Amino acid sequence: MAAAIDRDRLRELVARGAQLVEVLPGEEFREDHLPGAANIPLQDLDRDSAARLDPQRAVIVYCWDAA
Amino acid sequence: MSPRAAARLEQLDFTEVHEYSAGKLDWMAAGLATEGENAARPRAGTVARTDVPICGVDDRLGDVRERTQAAGWDVAVVTNASRVVVGMLRAQELAGDADVLVERAMRPGPSTFRPYVPIKEMADYMSEHKLDSSPITTSDGSLAGVLFRADAVREAEGCPDCVRKMI
Repeated sequence: MAAAIDRDRLRELVARGAQLVEVLPGEEFREDHLPGAANIPLQDLDRDSAARLDPQRAVIVYCWDAA
Repeated sequence: MSPRAAARLEQLDFTEVHEYSAGKLDWMAAGLATEGENAARPRAGTVARTDVPICGVDDRLGDVRERTQAAGWDVAVVTNASRVVVGMLRAQELAGDADVLVERAMRPGPSTFRPYVPIKEMADYMSEHKLDSSPITTSDGSLAGVLFRADAVREAEGCPDCVRKMI
């Protein structure tokens, strides 16, 4: 099961090479996203779109908030 | 949404998946930089003045008034030792009895806004609610600065497409 992390842990992981993925729709990603994040909207997340990511490196997913 | 994305990635054989559950809102509320179309547009946090006088609840009002006026301000923010906002002293409160402690004079619990709010929305809100100034705080309540309505309105006039609702 995926580990829930906070902001500080996110920064640590990104500094160590983790991949950031915003899963919100593209319009919201284009307006604002975390530095260096890729966009794979949840509705588009499948084996093909996930091929953009390196499975050997950690992945951090996020959306707007915990809701 | 992100728990479902994390679960799906694990099904797709990703072995180390983390979920930043507080999300983009938490990041932006902390006043941290973002990338994207809005990144260069003015927001509450970028227009707010950061050199506002601050004081504690145990300070003497007369001392705070003197310090505030000497710095050219007519407002001071009351914080704790960690800069968490607990009150405001606007002109009316600052004009009170010099020997009273700030705790007795301040206006407690002022409305605060987050640094990421687009300046157009702040300008509209402050005009509608006749707010001359508002503290801008990060998600942990720490003071980032004070936004003045005049500054917000001026900046908003130069940014007509800053329209996303976030308050």
